[in-house]
Amino acid sequence: MNEPTGRSAFWAGARATIPLVVGASPFGLIFGALAVSEGLSPNGTLAMSTFVFAGSAQFISVSLISAGANIAVILGTTFVVNLRHMLYSATLAPHFKNLPQRWMLPLSFWLTDESFVASVKYFDSQEDQDHKKYFLLGSELFMYLNWLWVTWLGVKLGQSIPDPGKWGLDFAMVVTFIGMLIPEIKDRPSMAAAIVAAGAALLGRHIPNQLGLLIAAFLGILVAILLENRAAKGQQL
Amino acid sequence: MNEFLLIGGMFAVTFLTRYPMMFLVSRIEVPAQVTQAFRYVPIAVLSAIIAPIIFVQNGQISIQINNHFLLAALISVFISWRTRNLLLTIVLGMLAFILLRAVLI
Repeated sequence: MNEPTGRSAFWAGARATIPLVVGASPFGLIFGALAVSEGLSPNGTLAMSTFVFAGSAQFISVSLISAGANIAVILGTTFVVNLRHMLYSATLAPHFKNLPQRWMLPLSFWLTDESFVASVKYFDSQEDQDHKKYFLLGSELFMYLNWLWVTWLGVKLGQSIPDPGKWGLDFAMVVTFIGMLIPEIKDRPSMAAAIVAAGAALLGRHIPNQLGLLIAAFLGILVAILLENRAAKGQQL
Repeated sequence: MNEFLLIGGMFAVTFLTRYPMMFLVSRIEVPAQVTQAFRYVPIAVLSAIIAPIIFVQNGQISIQINNHFLLAALISVFISWRTRNLLLTIVLGMLAFILLRAVLI
């Protein structure tokens, strides 16, 4: 009987996601309001949150629509902006060996930055596979339902939110990511990963479609591994 | 703009970034060096996402006192480092940002 443990892992995942939902809500609210004012229909806006469920890509697509971009450009940009999910899903995969498709399909569809970070943190302290999928599901469902709700709210409130950019809601994602990032920096290699990735992202910020972000992340990971291996060698000598 | 095509297409390309890697990698034996690299994915990606938002203002890298994104970010880093509490960091960091912007602009 693993149902009780599965249930507790599900709720642990949802609980771990409460702060992340707080951080993501302003974003969804602005998305809902902005998408409608930029020419997406209210139903289209809700459908995008329902079927795409990728905050930054949704924002960029709306700004491309208002700039008059054609659909091929929007789809290409969406793909590249979301490429970081490949890193996430590859990182999660070793935890999900032999996971049935009825689990893997929805778990991968609902994958976001937030649920990914919350889950890998939990997974590092868990061995039992059943716990893991329930934890991720709890985190993802909470993020998803909240994203739908705040998108709907943004669509409804629409023009009654005067100049949403002025409310500081754009900082919500930054502070959420800082709060997820800092506790992960525990030693010199992880510190180096953060500094190198941040510096490289700044230098590569003119590379289109956030591709600089991916290159910067790879550089940060590479430097961290070099430092870790050097430290391991130093101990052997 | 045909919204059906737009959203269907965005769903498809986004799903392509989320599903295939999980499917493929879950079916192979991942070398130890690669799982070692995986451990740094959250740190590296989160840092790379937020650095340009914090440091770049009006298209220029700004490390000046009037960059309220940078100031609020530093305050948030300090709170997170001292408390390790995510919710507290988000609430106080947002508050700091709103106050700083009111003062600096």
